[in-house]
Amino acid sequence: MAITVKIPAPLRPLAQNQSEVALEAANTVGAAVDELGKRFPGLKDRLLDDKGGLRRYVNLFRNDEDVRASGGLTTALKDGDRLAIVPAIAGGSR
Amino acid sequence: MSRPAPILTLVGLGGLGCPALLSIAEASARLRLPLTIRLVDPDVVEASNLARQFLFSDRYLGAPKVLAARAAITRLVPSAPLTLEPQEARFDASTADALLAGAALFLDGTDDVATRFFANDTACARRLPLVHGAAVEWTGQVLTIVPGQSACLRCLFEAPPKRVVTCAEAGVVSPLTGLVGAAMASEALALLQGTRSEAQGSLLRWEGLDGKSRKLPLRRDPGCPACARC
Repeated sequence: MAITVKIPAPLRPLAQNQSEVALEAANTVGAAVDELGKRFPGLKDRLLDDKGGLRRYVNLFRNDEDVRASGGLTTALKDGDRLAIVPAIAGGSR
Repeated sequence: MSRPAPILTLVGLGGLGCPALLSIAEASARLRLPLTIRLVDPDVVEASNLARQFLFSDRYLGAPKVLAARAAITRLVPSAPLTLEPQEARFDASTADALLAGAALFLDGTDDVATRFFANDTACARRLPLVHGAAVEWTGQVLTIVPGQSACLRCLFEAPPKRVVTCAEAGVVSPLTGLVGAAMASEALALLQGTRSEAQGSLLRWEGLDGKSRKLPLRRDPGCPACARC
């Protein structure tokens, strides 16, 4: 089983500047985050808080669906799924 | 007796506000659409702004952005039936009431995340439609919030981070701010004309490095502290 994780530009420095990462054997969103953390130290801390929950200013979309509405980190993944990381951004006035 | 022109409050006359304002002014001229646009920004024009804030040029260096923007629009789109109200102010709790008084629409192109969440919460409390735009480095986004009808910023992100990288720190790609600002204008015009816009209920997101855009559908959070009671 393989899924694809879309890395947004602000987090790419933590992921060896890759825009997409393929993960094997991640059957939940939480497992995918764990796998990302193993491969890219520092990335997991940007996604999860001290209690292991999704940070309040980061969201994840599985196949364009907000995972907060589908079980959060326990959301099941299947082969071919796409997981997009969407962090809050500001910027625009200066 | 004709109806008064709708009032738009545009906060932030930077990389997003400049293209948004010009696009709205051009549309106002073509559609003969009278508008009052309240221009809000506390800053003056600096040399570092000129690459992407294309309403400004050397002649405006040191001038308040709100006055420079009014002068530029008056010169560039003289036929637009616009009333431009410059307000040299920061949008915060002490100014929000006055800056949003009578407004039919709110456009947010500010540069810090706390102000963005404050803008969201204020718009929801007033049931005032808000077009949110943001851009930093290579990433841009637009979300149109119609309180009571579509998801707000807090339905997407529960709370702001303590800080995020801003354009002033990390920079932003000029074509991206033009694109996001123009999209904000398109959203505003759709709302003014009573049509459902692309970014109402969906986050439009651009990754300039990849040349890709995504439309992410959002659901309203029934427990949202900002909009659940709208």
